[in-house]
Amino acid sequence: MEEIYSGLLRALELIAARDPQVVEITFRSLFISLSSAFLAGIICIPLGGIIEFRQFWGKRALINLIQTLYSLPTVTVGLLVFLLISRSGPLGGLNLLFSPTGMIFGQAILISPIMIGLTVTALASVSPQIRDTARSLGATEMQLIITVIKEARVAVIAAVLLGFGRALSEVGVAMMIGGNIRGYTRVLTTAIALETSMGNLELSIALGIILISISLAINLLLNRFQGR
Amino acid sequence: MAGKNLRIFLLLLALAVLCSAAGAAEKERLRLATTTSLQDTGLLDMIKDKFDEKYNVALDVVSGGTGIAIQYAERGDVDVLIVHDKVRELKFVQDGYGLERRCIAYNYFYLVGPKDDPAGVKGMNSSLAMASIMEKGNADPSKVMFVSRGDNSGTHAREKLLWKGAGYNYSAVNSSGPWYIEAGQGMGATLNIANEKQAYTLSDMSTFMAYQGNLTLVPIIEGGDELLNVYVAMAVNPKTHPGVNCELANEFINYLVSDEAQDLIASFGKEKFGTPLFSPARGNCELIGCSEAECAVPTSASCAAA
Repeated sequence: MEEIYSGLLRALELIAARDPQVVEITFRSLFISLSSAFLAGIICIPLGGIIEFRQFWGKRALINLIQTLYSLPTVTVGLLVFLLISRSGPLGGLNLLFSPTGMIFGQAILISPIMIGLTVTALASVSPQIRDTARSLGATEMQLIITVIKEARVAVIAAVLLGFGRALSEVGVAMMIGGNIRGYTRVLTTAIALETSMGNLELSIALGIILISISLAINLLLNRFQGR
Repeated sequence: MAGKNLRIFLLLLALAVLCSAAGAAEKERLRLATTTSLQDTGLLDMIKDKFDEKYNVALDVVSGGTGIAIQYAERGDVDVLIVHDKVRELKFVQDGYGLERRCIAYNYFYLVGPKDDPAGVKGMNSSLAMASIMEKGNADPSKVMFVSRGDNSGTHAREKLLWKGAGYNYSAVNSSGPWYIEAGQGMGATLNIANEKQAYTLSDMSTFMAYQGNLTLVPIIEGGDELLNVYVAMAVNPKTHPGVNCELANEFINYLVSDEAQDLIASFGKEKFGTPLFSPARGNCELIGCSEAECAVPTSASCAAA
């Protein structure tokens, strides 16, 4: 158990010394996960809006499917995306495998169910009075969706935050799609997996602590946008 | 207020994305798939730096068990493959996935185990030793155990060959009792398990030496033809996957067989471990079973896709 304590000290050392390798993989982790959260966000939030506000056959079934996909294992998503973007796969021509771009794509797919599903939940909990008021004031469908999203922004931002958190902390997609290539696709989580398998437990814990600290920092930042 | 801050944040994020995309220098990248046994020794990290210095090419190394490394190569996801399983290498070339085999380096597998050698196999030949471990393990699994890679790796393939040499069908071995433990992981993790359980295991020499400081296991059997471990590089065939970077792959393999690289390989690890972790293929072709054509000579295969 002293590994945890020495891991904490090591984390402080690494941060203070601004160890170049740690800085590099930290920035890459942030870049990839923020990008994937952003990418998923701009697609999934409107999509969530459309699903919530339109009536269509199979709507309940679709929502159930999305919620089931919340617990899709990251290694499975990694494998499926790998098969998709491998040179032998349908999207092979895009050359996405073993690159940060591929990781962004893969992580965006991973977190989409959460983002869509939680957006639907967030919007569904907005008082119908707001919708009716907006409609009676002459809002178009898009304006209506945007208005309700604004009303539900606390919960929608929570969905984005959760998606980002999942992307930042997952290993399966990052490992399979990125390949943990030193200097190119290595991120905090894959580095932790590697260092652990090499027996460097103290370093692993230090990296884990850095990861959590980053999550904390982002969380505090986004809390400000939620107006808290 | 929140809206304005949000807009600034999004703007900064977009800028960061753009900067990274622009900043990603258009350096040529060569993709190499290899086994964890080789990657974990750190040899490829050194080669990567030297190759980059010399040719200004970024070598992206992806590692896993031999099984997935070969998969990556068969799928054209990498440009060059380095593995250590002759049977699968020959098939790889024969099936049209690879151009030519080039023997690069070699060392030996060790049968490692607890200091007190509970199965009493020290000094035996490796197949007999394995047979003895199985016998004693079945008799008393609390004293004698064997940890297998269990992951279709080159090391695992060698282990299966040794069982075969001992006269056993592998399916009889891996289901025969609790003395046989399948780790399903890389060499380092497998060594850690064997260490924890004070069991025997088969390890390549270089990974064992790299981990030795953290282990109480010792080499029980070293050397001999049965334990020879030869690393071979192959470029992925552009006829099967036109998108691969064949010229660069051949350039890399030619670098590996060059005197400079062979010298680097011959001395790698000497500083840290007192003895080098690998022997160069150069000059040892006959010993390691590589024909003159495939041993430490530049590639001659053309990259022209048919």
